[in-house]
Amino acid sequence: MKKLISKMAVVAAGLAVAVSAQAGTITVKGSDTLVILAQKWAEVYMGKHPEVKIQVTGGGSGIGFAALQSKQTDIADASRKIKPAEVAGCIKAFNARPTEYKVAVDGLSVYVNNDNPVKELSLDQLHDIFTGKTRNWKEIGGNDAPITVYSRENSSGTYEFFKEHVLKGQDFAASAQTMPGTAALLQAVSKDKNGIGYGGAAYGAGAKALGVKKDEGSKAILPTEETVLNQTYPIWRYLYNYVNPALDKGEIQTYLNWIRSEEGQKIVKEVGYYPLPVGLQEK
Amino acid sequence: MKADSQRSFQTGRFDYGSFFFTGVTGLATYLILATLAVILINVLVNGWSGLSLHFITAGTENGMFNVDKAGVLPMIIGTSARVLLMTIFVIPVGVTTAIYLTEYAHSSSIFTRIIRGAVNNLAGVPSIVFGLFGVGFFINFIGHRVMDPMLHPNNPELIVWGKPAIIWASLTLAVMTLPVVIVATEESLKAIPQGLREASLALGATKLQTIIKIVLPQALPGIMTGGILAVSRAAGEVAPILFTGAAYYMASLPHSLTDQFMDLGYHIYVLSTQSSNVDKTAPILYATVVVLLLLTFTLNLVAIFVRAQMRKKLRALN
Amino acid sequence: MANKEVGSKRSVGWMGLQRGHHAHPLEWIVEKGIFAVSLSAIVMIFLIFLFVAREALPIFFGQLNSAKVQKVMSVAEMEKLGPAELQAYLGLTPEQYASMDTETKRLLMEVKLEEFKESSQDKDATLNTTSWRNMILPHQWSGYSKPEYIWQPVSEIQKYNIIPLLIGSLKATLVALLFAVPLALGAAIYVSQLANARAREWLKPTIELLAGIPSVVLGFFALIVMASVLQSVFGYQSRLNAFVAGIALGLAIIPVVFSIAEDALTSVPRSYTQAALALGSSKWQAAWKIVLPAAIPGVFAAVVLGFGRAIGETMVVLMASGNASIVSWNIFDSTRTMTATIAAEMAEAVVGGHHYRILFMLGALLFVVTFVSNLVGDLVIHRLKHKLEGKR
Repeated sequence: MKKLISKMAVVAAGLAVAVSAQAGTITVKGSDTLVILAQKWAEVYMGKHPEVKIQVTGGGSGIGFAALQSKQTDIADASRKIKPAEVAGCIKAFNARPTEYKVAVDGLSVYVNNDNPVKELSLDQLHDIFTGKTRNWKEIGGNDAPITVYSRENSSGTYEFFKEHVLKGQDFAASAQTMPGTAALLQAVSKDKNGIGYGGAAYGAGAKALGVKKDEGSKAILPTEETVLNQTYPIWRYLYNYVNPALDKGEIQTYLNWIRSEEGQKIVKEVGYYPLPVGLQEK
Repeated sequence: MKADSQRSFQTGRFDYGSFFFTGVTGLATYLILATLAVILINVLVNGWSGLSLHFITAGTENGMFNVDKAGVLPMIIGTSARVLLMTIFVIPVGVTTAIYLTEYAHSSSIFTRIIRGAVNNLAGVPSIVFGLFGVGFFINFIGHRVMDPMLHPNNPELIVWGKPAIIWASLTLAVMTLPVVIVATEESLKAIPQGLREASLALGATKLQTIIKIVLPQALPGIMTGGILAVSRAAGEVAPILFTGAAYYMASLPHSLTDQFMDLGYHIYVLSTQSSNVDKTAPILYATVVVLLLLTFTLNLVAIFVRAQMRKKLRALN
Repeated sequence: MANKEVGSKRSVGWMGLQRGHHAHPLEWIVEKGIFAVSLSAIVMIFLIFLFVAREALPIFFGQLNSAKVQKVMSVAEMEKLGPAELQAYLGLTPEQYASMDTETKRLLMEVKLEEFKESSQDKDATLNTTSWRNMILPHQWSGYSKPEYIWQPVSEIQKYNIIPLLIGSLKATLVALLFAVPLALGAAIYVSQLANARAREWLKPTIELLAGIPSVVLGFFALIVMASVLQSVFGYQSRLNAFVAGIALGLAIIPVVFSIAEDALTSVPRSYTQAALALGSSKWQAAWKIVLPAAIPGVFAAVVLGFGRAIGETMVVLMASGNASIVSWNIFDSTRTMTATIAAEMAEAVVGGHHYRILFMLGALLFVVTFVSNLVGDLVIHRLKHKLEGKR
């Protein structure tokens, strides 16, 4: 018994040494969509584990992937899936595919001005509006007024997601005004009674989110926690963390597991995104 | 007097041309001033209430868009640090160049004219091009190709210098503000009476001794003006640091030259375009603008004051 | 001039380095050092152009090929390839290739296939969109009904037509000049010729205070305040457009145009005005008919330099222009400028990729345009001053 205890003590000491040797900073870099959430996670986690230091920087999903490829960051935040070219870069850098973790769910809302009588649109109608085929509100049951399309800068993950899932890969209309951020977009829509735009869950006076129909026949669904989580609202996405599998051990692993645990997911809700479905959460 | 000047010399009739011409040009002048006033008043009125001790001394640990709790201390520190670093790079180079131009070079030689042309052109290069230059030269070439392989040859994968960092942002800004320092220093060097130099030389001092012991101390206010003008220009610039070092969000302050930093000007851009609720975060946005304006205007006013003093002295001497 | 006199009595050193009595070897070194440092301005100009243009060189020479469809092989075919071929196919450097085991190479083959599957079988997929032809001339892309100038750098088929950006930059700059030049010129005439000395004392520095407002603050003001006010006054459709951006840009260049024009007007010798007044003209006639014509090259230089400043301004247009890359000369349409494009897209462009290089090419273009306008402006001012001083 004594032997066992002393053995355990040695192991524990060894572990402690290993841990303290590993106790450096975890760096997290990437999507601006995720940066506030990542920061909140880091803060709460550091409060519980004072020996761990976590550094969070934003910049964009692409920046995160670039940093992952050049080993400048341990974890890359992303609001879109990694592209094959980026995977290739990672393989060149560390001979393996990066491990992908889903960490939260985000619903993309389509915003119009409060004074706009249109309340719901189908995905096809959205496709036509944002590619520039539909140019007047009266074609889709609104006033006789030209549509002003607001889009995001092409460096944002939101832009690429919307392009891929709503525009089916087609280009945005050239006349679409590109806004540098969700705030600028929402403000533009709230000031423009013929405007339409898209973005993550954001709040502003003067603009409202539209109900979205999967196709002509189905019911329009507003983006709420319930509809996004049960996936009846059609425009939603996962938010991801990517990590070099060789580093996915020790502290980084514990941290990534904690993010996806019930505790970590509670913070997701506080920040304004939606927690992962229970099946995907870490127990 | 005023009425007189509007009457033509010969006829004594009311001069409509003068009335019209003075009116139009005067209107243009006061329209510019009015616009300036509108901007400043709008910003001050909206931003003053958001300004508090807490705002200036708090960081973003409670969220950067949290109206009641967010502060701008990390941005103030970031901006100050990058500007301070920049001063360390730009002042010695700028002052030395100015010394060469005024004390050594023949003002008519082709070489001097080329330098002057280069200085003038440097002042006109768009700030975003400086940003690209920072990426192409400092980060990709100096940092990535030269310093990283040199400093840790055993670990070719590690990138310490070849990425955006406060030192690259400062160096980029230093190149950008070089003309400001050169021109201001030159002006103050020229203001020193030639007799002073000749007296020193006549007493047996060498040229270099004269410059170091006689000319430079006299030119100090001018050099300071140049430094202050450079700082005030650089403090508000955002375009050159967009890709050379500014961070959207950082949890901790920069603690080494290779860290990124948060910046006041960039923060204004972020707050006005990417917050989750513009109307709600407007108070911190306006307050941040007030902080930046206070910073640049104070610096400008100090520079104008020092410069005015210097010109007075110059007039008295000549 | 005085320097020269002193120098002529002593030995004049190399390239104008003049020496005192007891020049010390150490001093000689220090003086050479001063000379070397003073070269920095020239070196910097040279370096800026070199390093901005260097990143864009493959574009200039048409060496890039952005064509999506290349030969793709299945993983099984890997064994058939020789090492050199495989290395080229996977896009590896020899060192990378040597350090990789077969398993990793197989992984890369798989990824390559995935990449191919994702890129659609578009008719434009074989097109090199980075060729000059596709960057300048319109092209009928698949999915479009007619040939168009399209800037869509993040797309399956990346479209890099720079015409919308050129037009956008010129449009915003034109509005800025139309707004700023009359105001700044009027103010320059008023301050230099008509205002009394006391008013001049505070007017000049106050107007120049406008230069102390950082452009990000002007952009913020245009975006949050001006855009709404101007829209409600003029009632145009898109809130952010070339007009709003142009006015805000104008505010940014007013101090530049004003300073140079005022300087040129002031440098006209007092005797000109005095002669005119003595001949019986009034103050405004002297200003309008004598001083302004004499200083007209200076005014021209002010406009040219203002143009250079406006076309290179970034934050204002990034925030206030609406950034839609359309070909339209209507100033009330929103517009995308070259500078805003660089600022918005540079961060995510992969270093060394097509998009990255094209953004650098835009930067090089901006550099050349502003360099030329500066050179012209400086030359004109130099000539003018020379002429006026010569006549004095």
